[in-house]
Amino acid sequence: MTTTPEENTTATTRPARTRFLVGGGLLIAAIVYLILTTAAGTSTYYYTIEELRARGGTAVGEPVRISGAVLGDSIVYDADALELRFTTVNIPGEQSEIDARGGLAAVLHAATTDPRAVQLPVVYYGPRPDLLRHEAQAILTGQLGADGVFHADELLLKCPTRYEQELPQQSAAR
Amino acid sequence: MIAALSLPHLLLADFGLSAALLAFCSALYAIPAALRKDARWLASARHAAIAPFGLLTLAIACLEGLLYSGAFGLEYVHAVTSRAMPWYLRLTALWGGQAGSLFFWCWLLSGFSALVMLRNWRRERDLQPGVTIVLMVTLLFFLGLVIALENPFNKLWVAPGGSVSAGTLQPVGALPFAPADGRGLNPLLRHPGMIIHPPMLYLGFIGFVVPYAFAIAALVVGRRDDAWIRVTRRWTLVAWMFLSLGLLLGGRWAYDVLGWGGYWGWDPVEIAAFMPWLTATAFLHSVLIQEKRGMFKHWNMSLIILTYALVVLGTFLTRSGVLSSVHAFAQSAIGPWFFGFVALLLCVSLGLLLKRWELLRGDNALDSWLTREGLFLLNNLIFMGILAACLWGVMYPMISELFTGQKVTVGPPYYERTTGPLFAALLLLMGVAPLAAWRAGAARRLGRAFWKPALVAGLLPAGALLSGITQLAALLGLWLAALVACVTLYEFYRGAQARARITSSGFWLSFAQLVLRNRRRYGGFTIHLGVVLMAFAIIGIELFQSETQATLSYGEQLSIGKYQLRYDSLVEFPASDGRVITRATLNVTQDGRLITQLFPRRDFFTDSQQPMTIPAIHSTLADDLYVLLVGWEPAGAGGATFKVYVNPLVNWLWAGGLVFIIGTLVATWPERWELQTAAERARALHLPARSVTRGV
Repeated sequence: MTTTPEENTTATTRPARTRFLVGGGLLIAAIVYLILTTAAGTSTYYYTIEELRARGGTAVGEPVRISGAVLGDSIVYDADALELRFTTVNIPGEQSEIDARGGLAAVLHAATTDPRAVQLPVVYYGPRPDLLRHEAQAILTGQLGADGVFHADELLLKCPTRYEQELPQQSAAR
Repeated sequence: MIAALSLPHLLLADFGLSAALLAFCSALYAIPAALRKDARWLASARHAAIAPFGLLTLAIACLEGLLYSGAFGLEYVHAVTSRAMPWYLRLTALWGGQAGSLFFWCWLLSGFSALVMLRNWRRERDLQPGVTIVLMVTLLFFLGLVIALENPFNKLWVAPGGSVSAGTLQPVGALPFAPADGRGLNPLLRHPGMIIHPPMLYLGFIGFVVPYAFAIAALVVGRRDDAWIRVTRRWTLVAWMFLSLGLLLGGRWAYDVLGWGGYWGWDPVEIAAFMPWLTATAFLHSVLIQEKRGMFKHWNMSLIILTYALVVLGTFLTRSGVLSSVHAFAQSAIGPWFFGFVALLLCVSLGLLLKRWELLRGDNALDSWLTREGLFLLNNLIFMGILAACLWGVMYPMISELFTGQKVTVGPPYYERTTGPLFAALLLLMGVAPLAAWRAGAARRLGRAFWKPALVAGLLPAGALLSGITQLAALLGLWLAALVACVTLYEFYRGAQARARITSSGFWLSFAQLVLRNRRRYGGFTIHLGVVLMAFAIIGIELFQSETQATLSYGEQLSIGKYQLRYDSLVEFPASDGRVITRATLNVTQDGRLITQLFPRRDFFTDSQQPMTIPAIHSTLADDLYVLLVGWEPAGAGGATFKVYVNPLVNWLWAGGLVFIIGTLVATWPERWELQTAAERARALHLPARSVTRGV
């Protein structure tokens, strides 16, 4: 955007021009203010599981988003209570690092087979998503509880191993 | 002995690839030919710009043949189809994966280019070289990406060591390899909405290339007049309609398949498709001012450029690993190329715009905010505000990482809180702008026209308040939507009434004539009515959705709102295509009266080990009863768990979408005088034919 419409008002009389500039300026300022304050108020940190663990006690209760690989054997689903528990394993957060290690599918597979990788138990209340399976990538929004379990409000899954086109699926606790 | 591609498959693949290469060469030739200042060279360039469409049609036909007949020796066919898939899904798997959908993109782009060459050639003669070059450069870029980096004709090869690779050419020592079956399309994408959603979105995206090509050509030759903008406006409307349709179908798919009753998740990929829609909508409004009053020329040019840049950016964002999203984006090597392309096109376009700055000075000046043009300017500013909110949200993780070293993301609450007030302001403008006069703005006159509809619209929130709704956002939203409905319907009524008086014919005949003779104006108003319906739906589902869950045994009931659901039975059976279906039967009663039976189910695709939850929906104008089967006891025990939503007014969203598209069709359809040839118009005006060719 290199231009604002005000610049077309070459022939406008001076008071009218001032009115437009002031009015438009106020409106733009209001929109910018709305965007910046809302972004600051609703943003969440995006951590890797390792980073979250490293933060220790300070991380408890802080709204964050994390991403990890799902361990298939750890999935426990109580359909009566709609309580879903599983364990996620740390994967790198940087796209460049994921690429360097042979892509997302390879990284997920390596994470689930690495006994030394940092793990994080997760609990989520809601229907079990169709895409929750071993070696899926889980992107979780929620907060770490004092019990050391991550309480997810939103659960998003991707399975890059099976199909070229990754699978869209979202579960949101609404 | 390793299975290899059969001879017909091999021939088809090589023929298709050759056709694609020829199309590339033809487009490449068209550029220098169009640069020559010679009519015969230009005619040759035109033919060379039409030819890729024919060649790519052949290539697409080859690829479809390969997909249909299961040529699993091709990497792409293997990745997106399987023997168990029905024939129509094998055909639509053309856009089921990265390589195929990019190739499909190219084909649609070549089709649009050919259409421009055939339809708009005679009129804007001096723009032809520029338009041809912009279209062909775009085609070359995308086709080049497909051929070099994402080739759907790539074959599978197996090396002596047993490792499988994909490529166009045979690696040394490797043998061709054809697996017995493919991996198949993801079950979640096997939905009618998902089959037509991508092509609509692509048509919308690609359609915006044409207005951009005309804008750039007009800048290059330094056009002073606005005739070219009429061609551009029609193309923008067409592209805009497809994009709207694509967004709507995507919403419907999410609602039916994703299983939480949501139609829009503020996902980065959704936003990427939404951003060009915002700038295009702003353009469609402000271009009216340029046509009527010769103003906002710099602004309109900027909007066309911005829309196209956002289209390419959107394709880039969805096709690279930059964003985390529910949507598909296979990581691939094409990201940096896209980034370079966007940067290049922005530099060139903005450079040209600055060069022609003086030429595009407005003919008139704004007098007051309360004129029609002043309110349109306001409308544009608000659209830009929504765009800024979206762009900031999408870029936020990258920006925050750049400055703080830590990734910070924003989610749906951010988008809802920033765009909510701006959408409300747009509704208010939609209600006020039709009442404002051109040029002369007087607050008192506008106030006189405004208070009556404002008061009538107040009846709706008043009624809602009496029925117990106290949320301020809902009441305000209802008032705004009702205001737009009142003003718009009154515009229709007033126009038809006046016409009936003048022509002394019946009201409905006058109404039809009114709409048909002023398609843009009344098409636009119809679109506004569609938006009103959608606004009601969004208020309903966002603010009044209710949900419950329960584990039931046979014969037990749960209730939600006015509905009672009784769980009757659960069956498990295999389907012919390898699915295992688990299906529950629920009897739904309302006031003790049986209204319907619902069958929520879970399909298990054994070949891909993929379950798929399919909701059962009872739809009425008032609400949707949306039931999911989320768990059950092993066969025979009878217990099953259900998650149930009541989504008020949600069907108004789809109805509103339909009205919206109908309105766009009305506005896009050429008026009768536009269909006349230049000669006919000249005869009617008693002028020599040459002098009026520019007019349209």
